[in-house]
Amino acid sequence: MYLFFLTAPTWFSKLPILSDRIDPMVMDYVVWPLVQIGALLFVVLTLIAYLTLAERKISAWIQVRIGPNRVGPEGLLQPLADGIKLLLKEDLIPLKADKEIFVISPIIAMVAALVALAVIPWGAAWGTISNIDIGLLFILAVSSFGVLGIILGGWASNSKYSLLGALRSAAQMVSYEVAMGLALIGALMFTKTLALQDMVISQERLQIWNILFQPVGFLIYLISGVAETNRAPFDLPEAESELVAGYHTEYSGFRFSLFFIAEYANMLIVSAIAVTVFLGGWYLPGLSYLFAPGSTLFVLASIGVFGLKTLALLYLFFWLRWSLPRYRYDQLMELSWKWMIPAALANIVLTASFLVLGQELGLIVSQNNSLKFSIGGYVFLISTAFIITVPLIWIILGQINQRSRDFNLREVQPLPMNRKVNKNN
Amino acid sequence: MTEITDITHPEIDTNEMILSMGPQHPSTHGVLRVVLKLDGETVVDLDCEIGYLHRGVEKICEHRNYQMIAPYFDRTDYIAAVSNGLCYVETVEKSLALEIPLRAQYLRVILTELNRLSSHLLWLATHALDIGAVTVFLWAFREREEILKIFENFFGARLTCHAFRIGGMTYDAYDGFQSQVKEFCDRFPKCLEDYEIMLNTNRIWLSRTVGIGIISADAAIDIGLTGPPLRGSGIEWDIRKAHPYECYADLEFDIPYGENGDTYDRYLVRMEEMRQSRRIILQALEKLPDGPIMAPKAPKVVKPPIGEYYHSIESPKGELGIYLVSDGSTQPSRLRIRPPSFINLQALRQMSIGHLVADVVAIIGTLDIVLGEIDR
Repeated sequence: MYLFFLTAPTWFSKLPILSDRIDPMVMDYVVWPLVQIGALLFVVLTLIAYLTLAERKISAWIQVRIGPNRVGPEGLLQPLADGIKLLLKEDLIPLKADKEIFVISPIIAMVAALVALAVIPWGAAWGTISNIDIGLLFILAVSSFGVLGIILGGWASNSKYSLLGALRSAAQMVSYEVAMGLALIGALMFTKTLALQDMVISQERLQIWNILFQPVGFLIYLISGVAETNRAPFDLPEAESELVAGYHTEYSGFRFSLFFIAEYANMLIVSAIAVTVFLGGWYLPGLSYLFAPGSTLFVLASIGVFGLKTLALLYLFFWLRWSLPRYRYDQLMELSWKWMIPAALANIVLTASFLVLGQELGLIVSQNNSLKFSIGGYVFLISTAFIITVPLIWIILGQINQRSRDFNLREVQPLPMNRKVNKNN
Repeated sequence: MTEITDITHPEIDTNEMILSMGPQHPSTHGVLRVVLKLDGETVVDLDCEIGYLHRGVEKICEHRNYQMIAPYFDRTDYIAAVSNGLCYVETVEKSLALEIPLRAQYLRVILTELNRLSSHLLWLATHALDIGAVTVFLWAFREREEILKIFENFFGARLTCHAFRIGGMTYDAYDGFQSQVKEFCDRFPKCLEDYEIMLNTNRIWLSRTVGIGIISADAAIDIGLTGPPLRGSGIEWDIRKAHPYECYADLEFDIPYGENGDTYDRYLVRMEEMRQSRRIILQALEKLPDGPIMAPKAPKVVKPPIGEYYHSIESPKGELGIYLVSDGSTQPSRLRIRPPSFINLQALRQMSIGHLVADVVAIIGTLDIVLGEIDR
């Protein structure tokens, strides 16, 4: 059944140049995937280049500036100019650096980021490259592999700032991977599958986005995702005011740009997974009424829907980065271990309890390895998620962590003024 | 320096890491070099190395006429050039026992307080940037730009502004000066609110500043802290109130002071000081009298009587003092500057030990140092 997604669409197999000369099997399993991969890499890398421009433009608007507007119309060729500049720059390797590791680590970071793109369900049917059974686990595994690039790069640079950045990165990734994985489990209980395309299909079948069942899971995933991609307010591994540039202090030219591309690709992946798991992927209510499901137009529209949702989340990333100060290293750990992970665990327990309760009440039917809800079931699950799970977790964790947030309990009061001047002071 | 031994695993060789922060570092506010001794990321000890910007201003002053010295002071604390110029001319006027016309006094106060605003805005910008709030940085620069435009119209320079002369002012206010300043003052509270929305109750900002770099009132006095770092520790000491100079005695303003002596209190103190500065400017604009701007008795050749003179003012960073030894000639025999940044920097070690590297950056920011003034 999964092989279905690998077959080429009919219009492609019937292209006159190809269909006469190539065996249909070769067509489906070699030519079409290569076409997909080529298209994906082209689109994603261009998108990443333009994300840098988008970030600069958006930050400029937030900061009452104009932003890049010199290269090309409205600065639209800026990414090209940046790319050429980075390619032409001197490629420095510090004298005392560990050369082999220094060279290979940006490649690891970049490759790990790009490999994860393979399993993301960009659209319905042939809009996806592959739909493997372990999709979500694959993404988690590969994205933690990317950390290796950062740690090795920081270590191999043989610079103290890089080393500190790498250490921070390692600690941060380990902590937030846990919270991230736990946050996804709640949603898995509804989709009953790890294959990403099937998760979207299950949301399409239930005609609802998982975020309505899993508000806590979504929030935790999103926060962990920001931390996972080293973006502000969690950009400690490269905190410029503390560690100059963190793990890539010693990198220049194209090697630096590989790290840079990896960061943006990771952002894209985190957003794409959040969209797939929580925001319904390419499913939009009413889309199937506009276009016949399975038709070429439907697939293209689904890709568009997925893209728009992802871009909306990416905007959130930019927005956060330019409005919040940076957390401190230990506060970041505290946030993860004292808030995120307990909240994710509580979310799992509560979600599972409500699912079982719903089945006992007859509101939910488990059938053929998938769930079916009556209208009462929808109401029950959504209302328990928002009315019980969210406040309960908030209150319990707030009570437990009371002491650690004492600093915040002090109210902002107007300063005292004009005490009598004691001139002996 | 404290030594660290790992008691649980004596066989492991644990060394502190020496991290040299600066002189080229994004957040040492110039060319300060801080040598940190780190255990993990915790600061065990630190040492400041200064002098990378030393130009020998004090020595140069010994070989210049009194009028020629004044522009050098624009280059000590280049963020607050007006305050520095004011301190110098007042010292010399004190030695000559010159009485300054009232109009010149009010103009001086308006410009000095505008300069305090621009200096505090620059502090807010860089302090927020150090803690990671990039947007506040550019917002504060937007308002600072307005002030610099006023300065450009008045002095002809944006950074090294210089219009005070021994005995009064060189230029009178240009046409439209009052309305331009008034317009800025009317707009300014809204801008302050904008910054406070971004920072005051921001959880991350609170956790980065509350309880960081605490210095007690006693310790602050022992070190000799002045300005906002002293007031942040709860001591109400402002030379504008304690020893009023110019026309400050006629103007109403309050001195904000903190309670806990942490970074957050110092932040609040400076924010409130900006409001008070605005208040002073508005009052001074209203009271601005007509009349001459130079003292009629101001001498062409300045020869202070033989003796020692000390005068200090409240610069944006603290007590800025000048100690002048005159031998009766046209050049000072010795001129010593008491830079507030230099003395405030001494608190860095005491404030930082036990905190993390990220806090050192925040503490350097909260001390509001300018290396041009420290190194002179």
